Amino acid sequence: MSADPHRLRLLLLQNAPLLLFLVLLGTFALLSERFLTPGNFVNIMAQAAHIAIIAIGMTFVLLVAGIDLSVGANMYASCIVVALYMKGMHPLAGFAVAGGLGLLFGAVNAFLVVVLRVPAFIATLATLFIGRAWALYLSGVKMVPFGKELLLLGRSSWLGVPVAIWIFLLVFAIAWTVLNQTTFGRQVYAVGADPEAAKKAGIAVPRVLFAVYCICGLCAGIGGLVSATQVAAAASTFGFQKEFPVIAAAVLGGTSLFGGRGGVVGTVFGAVLIQTVENGLVMTNADPYVYPLIISAIIFIAVLVDSQRTGMLERLERRKIRPEPG
Amino acid sequence: MPATPLLVIEGLCKSFFGVQVLFDVGLTLRPGEVLALVGENGSGKSTTMNILGGVHRPDRGRMTIDGTDYAPRGPRDAEARGIAFIHQELNLFRNLTIEENLFIGGFPRLARWLPLIDRRRVREHAAALLAAIDLDLAPNTPVSRLSQGERQLVEIAKALGGDARIVIFDEPTTSLTDRETQRLFAQIERLRDKGIGVIYISHILGDVMRLCDRVTVLRDGHVVGDAARADLTVDRLITLMVGRTIDQIYPPRAPAIRPGPPALEVRGLSQRGMVESLDFTVAQGEVVGVAGLMGAGRSEMARILFGLDPFERGTILVDGRPLERVTPLTAMDRGMAFLTEDRRAEGLLMEASIADNIALPSLPRFAAGVARLLERTRLGDAVERTGRDVQVNATDFAATLAKNLSGGNQQKVVIGKWLLRAPRLFILDEPTRGIDVGAKYEVYKIINQLAAAGTGVLMISSEIEELIGMCDRILVMAHGEIRAEIERAAFDREAILRAAMWDSVRHGAAA
Repeated sequence: MSADPHRLRLLLLQNAPLLLFLVLLGTFALLSERFLTPGNFVNIMAQAAHIAIIAIGMTFVLLVAGIDLSVGANMYASCIVVALYMKGMHPLAGFAVAGGLGLLFGAVNAFLVVVLRVPAFIATLATLFIGRAWALYLSGVKMVPFGKELLLLGRSSWLGVPVAIWIFLLVFAIAWTVLNQTTFGRQVYAVGADPEAAKKAGIAVPRVLFAVYCICGLCAGIGGLVSATQVAAAASTFGFQKEFPVIAAAVLGGTSLFGGRGGVVGTVFGAVLIQTVENGLVMTNADPYVYPLIISAIIFIAVLVDSQRTGMLERLERRKIRPEPG
Repeated sequence: MPATPLLVIEGLCKSFFGVQVLFDVGLTLRPGEVLALVGENGSGKSTTMNILGGVHRPDRGRMTIDGTDYAPRGPRDAEARGIAFIHQELNLFRNLTIEENLFIGGFPRLARWLPLIDRRRVREHAAALLAAIDLDLAPNTPVSRLSQGERQLVEIAKALGGDARIVIFDEPTTSLTDRETQRLFAQIERLRDKGIGVIYISHILGDVMRLCDRVTVLRDGHVVGDAARADLTVDRLITLMVGRTIDQIYPPRAPAIRPGPPALEVRGLSQRGMVESLDFTVAQGEVVGVAGLMGAGRSEMARILFGLDPFERGTILVDGRPLERVTPLTAMDRGMAFLTEDRRAEGLLMEASIADNIALPSLPRFAAGVARLLERTRLGDAVERTGRDVQVNATDFAATLAKNLSGGNQQKVVIGKWLLRAPRLFILDEPTRGIDVGAKYEVYKIINQLAAAGTGVLMISSEIEELIGMCDRILVMAHGEIRAEIERAAFDREAILRAAMWDSVRHGAAA
């Protein structure tokens, strides 16, 4: 069966983002000698950290074939509270508040999607606008500076590695363990593959669905504050349109929009890939107006690959009515 | 075996929407026994098993397990009482490994307070379960890599892991190779030796005779036979299943005495894993039936003919001219029409009006001028006429939505939308499924009118009575092949059923 041409094409499709990544690395390395240096790599990682953290949360939601469009608004709504009311407090308290508010935001999404059965796309589109409007109201549409404790944290590093990267690594390790080493994590995959069969297998499907939206919200809150440590103030555009790179990172990393396939390792890879492209474009002095074009072209390829792969898997798994010889 | 019964079902009655489908059904299963449940499509096997599995609740009747009352309120109750189902459509997660599928309801933990999976214990348990069913695969193999037969065995392992006492198999061998079937049977015999009660549902009577200790036969919701295997033969089983004749009335029609030129010719149509070397003709004005069991490849053939699924070899000729590229569009251009078996999902726009549904496939023919604007009046008149012709029971076709119609009226709308195109060849897949007797009669009348007007009709049905009542000729399919072609003069229920169960007769003769 390994010689099957379908399987070969599938293998190529599955690794398309990796191939793309290598091609890009090579291109940028040729165009700029500053690109392929350790310092630049740490830079890329630190810049990618907040997207990676939020995309990790998004991965949970995508794995159950859901979606959360409100992560950018969640970032803003959770962090504006920290900026407005938590000045002079320990950064840890800031993370607890931002994470808690993010979780609450996620729980609202979960309530709409799981209990009220509003389609996830519509529900989170609504909370996107509500969340942003609420944050704008709180801030008076003004730029609110973050406390200097947060900025100090953002500038500090441990073992030569910026704190943002450490936080990202911690979130990643926890998320990976939950997805791969707990009953809940494996049930996330089961629900995403076939909710009907999951119900028959005795899995509490609504509970799993509720939990993934909460996790996504929590990650949005934490990721937002990581971003806050890197920028001086929460402008009214803080977190604006972040859902796009976040979902793109997960999909680029091989997480299917149709549920059941993917994981956080790929997501991290996707987030780094997107940041690499942006960084490479800066390094090669590309026209800034070209960035969105190139980024969206890459994302388009990722989504195209995903749908191709899904169609191919379906064809491979079609039920036969005549047993084949051999 | 004079053991106390494991499961007793008594006096089960069940109606759906006023139509009674089970009449005092009862059966007994003893520990260490394999009980076969056989009957034609629609005889009540699935309903009985769904009641046992807690999916449906009975109107009347009583079930006991080990002598204590059993009244499940849901599938989880059934599971808790030790009932495991192995469905034809398997319930495994292809994106997970074998061991993960076995424990997906709850993995063993590293410690009570630590919610991490104890991978080592999972591996050991899974390996033990796989060894118990002789499945020589690593527990961490992804299920997507397993063959159909291996997946079936994993389901058995799952049932064993859940300490099932009653295991129900629903048509487990239809997609298995001979070798896989042998393996499955060896495992079922092992279950029996462990004292587990097995209910085995199958159309393959040869398998039934080889495997089962006792057979309960259902027909039209009644138990018509219950006997030890030794007292039965395959012939006797078929006679029991067929039994009486329905006093179904079919509208009279003059059979196509002098069939016209062929409307449809199919030559050597093959698609791997689906259908094999199909050869047949449907003449103009002729009604040709297609009989066969569920999964015999009848609907698959219809989908291929209409260009919905691909085929590898063969030719399809309509009115003597071959179809070059077979797509629904080219098929429709040549006058083909196709009524699908799933009218809710595929045949109708449920949220649209009757008029819009009827008009849909004919819209291009009512468009005029350079801008191809629709001629509303001409279209409206034609739709109205067609709707009246097929006797859709509604006053305002433009205002009534399809979803608000009864099953029979919905079916008339689907037929109407194709009639508006004046088809040369009409493929009907289960045209009377789920509609009441009166509506059936009207559908039959429409089919007769079509044939009288020279349209070739290919009619797929699971009701043999209906085919005998309606057709000039019947093709019988089994395993994706045409096993028999019977002329009207030679119509015989038993002969048709025998050909449809071709496999079982072959097995039975070998045993």
